[in-house]
Amino acid sequence: MATKTSPDKKKTGKAADTTNGEPQAFKVIGTRPIRHDGVDKVTGRAIYGADVQMAGLVHGRILRSPHAHARIKAIDMSAAEKMPGVVAVVTGKDMPDLRDKMADLGEGTVNLAHLGANCLAHGKVLYKGQAVAAVAATSPHIAEEALKKIKVEYEPLPAVTWVLDAMKDDAPLLHDNVFTSEMGKLGKQPSNIAVHLHFEKGDVEKGFAEADVTIEREYKTASVHQGYIEPHVSTALWNHDCHLTIWTSTQGAFTARQQTAELLQIAISQVTVVPCEIGGGFGGKISVYLEPVAAILSRKCGRPVKMIMNRNEVFEGTGPTPGSFVRVKLGAKKDGRLVAGEAWLAYDAGAFPGGMIGPGCMCVFSCYDLPNARVDGYDVVLNKPKTAAYRAPGATQAAFACESVIDELAEKLGIDPIELRLKNAAREGTRRVDGPTYPRVGLVETLEAARNSDHWRSKLTGKNRGRGIACGYWFNIGLKSSAAANVNPDGTVTLVEGSTDIGGTRTSVAMQLAETLGIAAEDVHPQVGDTDSVGYTDVTGGSRVTFATGLAAYEVGLDIRRQMAARAAMLWECKPEEVTFADGVFRRGDKSTSFKELAGKMHQTGGAVVGRATVDPEGPSHGFGAHIADVEVDPDTGKVTVLRYTALQDAGRAIHPSYVEGQMQGGSVQGIGWALNEEYFYDDSGRMRNASYLDYRMPTAFDLPMIDTIIVEVPNPAHPYGVRGVGETPIVAPPAALAAAIYRAAGVRLRELPMAPHRVWTAKKMTNDEC
Amino acid sequence: MKDIEYAAARSVDEAVGLLAARGDKARILAGGTDILVQLREGLRDADLIVDVKKIPELVGLSHDAKRGLRLGASTPCYRIYRDAKICAAYPALADAARIIGGWQIQSRASIGGNLCNSSPAADSIPALIAHDARCVIAGPSGRRTVPVAEFCTAPGRNVLARGELLVTLEFPPVGDGEGARYLRFIPRNEMDIAVVGAGVWVKLNAAKDTIAAARIGLAAVAPTPLPATEVGAWLAGKPATAATFAEAGDRARRLAKPISDMRSPAEYRLHIVGVLVTRALAGAVDRARGIVIGHSPNGQEH
Ligand SMILES: Cc1cc2nc3c(=O)[nH]c(=O)nc-3n(C[C@H](O)[C@H](O)[C@H](O)COP(=O)(O)OP(=O)(O)OC[C@H]3O[C@@H](n4cnc5c(N)ncnc54)[C@H](O)[C@@H]3O)c2cc1C
Repeated sequence: MATKTSPDKKKTGKAADTTNGEPQAFKVIGTRPIRHDGVDKVTGRAIYGADVQMAGLVHGRILRSPHAHARIKAIDMSAAEKMPGVVAVVTGKDMPDLRDKMADLGEGTVNLAHLGANCLAHGKVLYKGQAVAAVAATSPHIAEEALKKIKVEYEPLPAVTWVLDAMKDDAPLLHDNVFTSEMGKLGKQPSNIAVHLHFEKGDVEKGFAEADVTIEREYKTASVHQGYIEPHVSTALWNHDCHLTIWTSTQGAFTARQQTAELLQIAISQVTVVPCEIGGGFGGKISVYLEPVAAILSRKCGRPVKMIMNRNEVFEGTGPTPGSFVRVKLGAKKDGRLVAGEAWLAYDAGAFPGGMIGPGCMCVFSCYDLPNARVDGYDVVLNKPKTAAYRAPGATQAAFACESVIDELAEKLGIDPIELRLKNAAREGTRRVDGPTYPRVGLVETLEAARNSDHWRSKLTGKNRGRGIACGYWFNIGLKSSAAANVNPDGTVTLVEGSTDIGGTRTSVAMQLAETLGIAAEDVHPQVGDTDSVGYTDVTGGSRVTFATGLAAYEVGLDIRRQMAARAAMLWECKPEEVTFADGVFRRGDKSTSFKELAGKMHQTGGAVVGRATVDPEGPSHGFGAHIADVEVDPDTGKVTVLRYTALQDAGRAIHPSYVEGQMQGGSVQGIGWALNEEYFYDDSGRMRNASYLDYRMPTAFDLPMIDTIIVEVPNPAHPYGVRGVGETPIVAPPAALAAAIYRAAGVRLRELPMAPHRVWTAKKMTNDEC
Repeated sequence: MKDIEYAAARSVDEAVGLLAARGDKARILAGGTDILVQLREGLRDADLIVDVKKIPELVGLSHDAKRGLRLGASTPCYRIYRDAKICAAYPALADAARIIGGWQIQSRASIGGNLCNSSPAADSIPALIAHDARCVIAGPSGRRTVPVAEFCTAPGRNVLARGELLVTLEFPPVGDGEGARYLRFIPRNEMDIAVVGAGVWVKLNAAKDTIAAARIGLAAVAPTPLPATEVGAWLAGKPATAATFAEAGDRARRLAKPISDMRSPAEYRLHIVGVLVTRALAGAVDRARGIVIGHSPNGQEH
């Protein structure tokens, strides 16, 4: 199979020969088999949410708020209800009263009233595009026309869409029941500041006093959307026996089930969620939007209800990532040793509390061994859609600030930016400002690989060109995964796992089972189960699936090996412990049988062999990356062209290198888009003006060079095959790498995203005017 | 979206009849790349769609060195830039046709539709102005001709009256020493609406060192596509040098009255007018001198 990336693709990791005693001469891991779901996806046969069809299906559409902030005074649905073809109309009043109800959804406690109001507003709308009412009708066109007949009386209120404005005392207040939570205490006055976080390590004042050089800068970033190609889509059937089945595009069938059950206040066993194939999520398809609405429409009309969002609804009604303001101050000795750091971060959470400020604070200094540091972070509500996770949520904004200051420090100290980073790189034993101490991690190896790369060593020539480098970090979580597998008499294995497959994980997980059983990847047939057919599995998020569900597959493999060894023992009339297994062959003394042969005798030795496992490994597995970017800046227009780009990352172990490279490339591209042109553009009344792919400028293929990748492998000691997880880290470094490159090309330091042509031009003009 | 009637007219008269009878409630469909999107998004309303692509007169190109070019209003863009003769004679038109949307769009989208949609940012209109194209319009009371420069009246509005449609665009014949160029600026390299567009046509003297005549059309800098007539007039008799191009850019900037929106701040648009007019002039003069200019998706020179 062709390799699709880097001309200098080499494995630079100094991988140990063994991890946890497992021999590391792999047969399957590290190869590039064709993905199991490839044919269906290439031929269009794979079933996505929009492909769901069934008898009696009706179509739901949502009426959304035209205002960024308003009180709902009255909703008159009578005209819509009377329209021929309309079978149900609902508003927030059709949802249970969720006031003061909290639920633990696996990744922290969630205020259900907020989650519910984000699906259908209660009393007030807090952003343009918030769902207000929904209609089900016999055709999508009738549903659409019926929306026009719903009369909503609004009392518009002043709106605020920039995080620092929302923090002001006189800012329009979004919630009268949100109080600032600070050091375990709640403020007395309602506030748009939901949370103030504070982390400290060492003696910051003393640290800065020792610094020879101190640089402090401020950075701003705009809200950007995950931009998954498939819009949200859900079909719900509230059956006459009161069982609710939902076919949906989600990153986590179990979390969708739990959220829906909690929001509708029904038993979790009353809901089955069937995850369809998913056309991207990047964190944006964890929270439910359509599922509970389709469910109550179905309950009302007794028919299956299908809902699909338009692209503008996706932009205006689902979670972007926070807009942010970040101030970073770093102090260093003349030799480049960092002595102190301070960061102040304000992230918008969107309309409801609970944004990405936590990881932002934890990631801001995560690449460096800082003896003294202080971080303050604020979670702020304002009149924009509730933010959702987006690939390394919160880390990119923080890294843009910190990595840019590092680049300025390198310049001021006259030290090569890679050397400065190597000197201070986080490594085993480094304690982060928020507490944890790193185990064995691969930042140093990644930076060394960058220094040795063809890209870094090649000379960049030509006018208006520059090269930049930046690092990025993401935790990569563990959490719960389950899997089960049946051995077939022909020696193949059918695997059912609970992780919806977004980035090829079905194959990466199957490969780990194949490796464990000593069979070919093609002989494992993986499928993603629904919530009734597989054990509890957390979301496909946090770069956890290849790590955690892969671990489950490994344990399934061990379980099958144990059971098969017992079958061999039965045939050989010995004790199971006397049977050994290596390279797909069971042995005892001079007797041996392959996995396949033994599978053929399964029915003579006791029937089916079913392996199963459920795991809850300790995360994080710590992903570090470094990106190198070459750009050219048009001196007249300020437009940035990315000439060459290399992403390097410690993958721990690349199970299927193509998918690791794909993640590195995809993350880089999203980071490049975020850096250069993407933004939610708001007018003065708080309305987004560019809710389409025409004006929300994600990069197209014409805007990008080939993204070269270099996989570094420093195996994760906490995984049998060394996997670390790779999906999120690659979005973190691009903005800072590009800002550094733009500086070298055009002589201006951009501190606001996106670094759109007009911003580069304005910055150049201002420096020229000053001269 | 509500139910809409569809009729495919076979002749100009039939189309005029349908349009005149239904007035505001009828909409013409050419490639549909604007109108279908607008109907679906509720930006326009119609009870009847009149498809004009089946009218022979509206589809096709006929080129004659003496009479010039007649371009059927509904001819899809790709037919323009796939025709080497048209590319040589009307290169600014080809530049524009090549960058309207991507391949799929160019297989449907027409220059007539681009013009009749009358967006201030439409890519073909500055090129049509530069090439001095004229609109042949048919209506209930017969045919009339209007210069493209006078066609658009406001964003999304034009001189077409009830029952009228655009039949062809007529381009004057091209003589020796002529060249033209259309450039647009977008932050991405395709699938983006012009921040500014500039179409330029020049005619050089026999020695090809002096501009004998020039025409400039601008996009996205005013409520309608803007003919920069004064700048064209000023250029006549000026040496074809970088200094002249730059000064023309400055002068064009003074005519522009852009707004700020999600696509660009006004101040930046003003600046880009200068850059693009300067570059497009240089390109047009190169072409007038017989130099072939390559093209990348964003219409920038290689
Ligand atoms: C993805 C995408 C990308 C695009 N990119 C660009 C771009 O880069 N640059 C650009 O300028 N535009 C762009 N457009 C807009 C559009 O494609 C162009 O304006 C195109 O030229 C319209 O032509 P059409 O034949 O499809 O027009 P239609 O949509 O069929 O018609 C457009 C309008 O003109 C009217 N009309 C059409 N023909 C006639 C006629 N003969 N007489 C009277 N009225 C008529 C219609 O009623 C309608 O109001 C893009 C559109 C899309 C969807």
